[in-house]
Amino acid sequence: MLGRDRAGFANGWDAQAARGIAEGMRDLEGPLLPILHAFMERFGHVNDEAIVLVADVLNLTRAEVQGVVGFYHDFRREPAGRHVIKVCRAEACQSMGSEDLAARLERALGIEFGGTTSDRRVTLEEVYCLGNCALSPSVLIDGELHGRADEAKILAAVGER
Amino acid sequence: MSMRIFVPCDAAALSMGAEAVANAVEGEIATRKLDAVLVRNGSRGLLWLEPLLEIETGHGRIGYGPVRPADVKAIFDDGLAGRKHPLNLGPVDEIPYLKNQQRLTFARCGITDPLSLEDYEAHGGLKGLRRALQMAPADIVKEVTDSGLRGRGGAGFPTGIKWKTVLGCEADQKYIVCNADEGDSGTYSDRMIMEGDPFALIEGMAIAGLAVGATKGYVYIRSEYPHAFAQMNRAIDAARAKGLLGTNVLGSNRIFDMETRLGAGAYICGEETSLLESLEGKRGQIRFKPPLPAIKGLFGKPTVVNNLISLATVPYILGEGAAAYKDFGMGRSRGTMPIQLAGNIKHGGLIERAFGLTLRELIYDYGGGTYTGRPVRAVQVGGPLGAYWPESLFDVPLDYEAFAAKGGMVGHGGIVVFDDTVDLAKQARFAFHFCAIESCGKCTPCRIGSTRGAETIDKIMRGERVVENIDLVKDLCETLRDGSLCALGGLTPMPVMSAMEHFPEDFDRLPERKAAE
Repeated sequence: MLGRDRAGFANGWDAQAARGIAEGMRDLEGPLLPILHAFMERFGHVNDEAIVLVADVLNLTRAEVQGVVGFYHDFRREPAGRHVIKVCRAEACQSMGSEDLAARLERALGIEFGGTTSDRRVTLEEVYCLGNCALSPSVLIDGELHGRADEAKILAAVGER
Repeated sequence: MSMRIFVPCDAAALSMGAEAVANAVEGEIATRKLDAVLVRNGSRGLLWLEPLLEIETGHGRIGYGPVRPADVKAIFDDGLAGRKHPLNLGPVDEIPYLKNQQRLTFARCGITDPLSLEDYEAHGGLKGLRRALQMAPADIVKEVTDSGLRGRGGAGFPTGIKWKTVLGCEADQKYIVCNADEGDSGTYSDRMIMEGDPFALIEGMAIAGLAVGATKGYVYIRSEYPHAFAQMNRAIDAARAKGLLGTNVLGSNRIFDMETRLGAGAYICGEETSLLESLEGKRGQIRFKPPLPAIKGLFGKPTVVNNLISLATVPYILGEGAAAYKDFGMGRSRGTMPIQLAGNIKHGGLIERAFGLTLRELIYDYGGGTYTGRPVRAVQVGGPLGAYWPESLFDVPLDYEAFAAKGGMVGHGGIVVFDDTVDLAKQARFAFHFCAIESCGKCTPCRIGSTRGAETIDKIMRGERVVENIDLVKDLCETLRDGSLCALGGLTPMPVMSAMEHFPEDFDRLPERKAAE
């Protein structure tokens, strides 16, 4: 399970630990993505300080690192809420009513996709295909895959009901 | 020998509660003090029956499904008393959905313990690699070429030709890259192999390495597949520990090793040059071709980039011979295709059959129609860049050329079914919207045109100058098709144009008509 979506894990930034991670992985072929993933796993986000630090360790420009961080949907610039709900909004799930489900979740949580509730309990994100297309609609809640998902089950899983 | 009980660790099974079922089975084994072991297999691909519990008996493996944790006790009670539990499906191999398949690539998936190399070998694994180790590289390439295998990622390029180009390059380092960035909605066959038979991919990549002289392989796995990523890493560790990977592959003194890399949520990284950029640690922007990745690929070295299913099929071809594989199929589409039935479908799952089957057979004979019980109105074959087709095209045989002749594509073999509540104008709008979200930004028609396309369809849906705006969308689609470097921009017109061509009534939104409704 990818740690970034684990419930209740610490999002605290630790510069010394970050440098250790980056230096430990710098000799991989193509080290930048693995390092950023390791930061996500450990800190839950990639902040400005992390970008400067990685640029220094890999001898890249800050712009190059920022460009990569910004390109990929996975790298969050700030910590997520305690629970992360990723709703699949691709075609197979659409055929089973995922757009209706998406709208219901936005209403129930009072946030839009990409947002976090004000109590920082839940972050709602969209995803395009979880590979569970015969059991749609699918959602990933804190890294756990759920098939034939509905609003009640999802909200119960994050303690909203 | 202990009785074996199977509960899948496949992500689809887990999504329906397989973990809790597995725990309940462990509990029953312990409290009843049974001489039994629980095996976490892959999925058989009968996904509507997940979690599918199987108990090995003298009459084959008896299936129960879909099982809830609360059913497990009664299943054991009835099984031990010789009664038939209501969820008892009989021998799984006799279920028509499975029995009427030709499983070559998926021969072991769901049957073996995915992390047991012994089990893998007992079911025909490593036969291909052992043979390849006795062959000259050019002969391995010839075997793959002769099999007629074409890239299963979507483009359908002959695998052997790619390999031949890499073999012909002189370089100090060559790479095998497996494209496991299975981003198309409606597809999950790559995921099933990684979770259910990962050694097949490892063996296929090792054979590819021997064939072209590459000693290093990478599997690029999308981050939306956390279970597959973890399982693949476990399998690679096991393979290394058993000498299948490393500096002495199966005692041959030949070198091949591999590792996984995790994608980061970008659909475009399924495009091979974009994938290579991503592996190198860059933005996943596509590269101009030429040079081909086969000549100048990962870190500028000759590189085989193949889809996962293509690579996982290679062990069968080397093990049984090119002719055995080529015997399946039709026309220039040789062998089998793992088809994935998805979306609004009653019996969704994986169907591996020789090319030539029709959509009608797949959707009705295997799939049993829609999940909602309403009439099928449209299918999208080949992922988000594939065409939307109406029922009148359901008799086209599954074949690369036959599909292309009707303006569609087989792609990675995903079939998404929609019932009669679907609005094809919405689906066409989504195709543009998806292109806008996932565009790498390199080509202007894709980067900008996708957004303009979505806006124009919004106007059509509001009934604004419908005829003119439909012409505008058609014009825009031509620009996208002709002015994009890769398939994302180049093929986004396919779902849009097919929706307009086959379902014109959904775009006919004149205001007066809407008012009359």
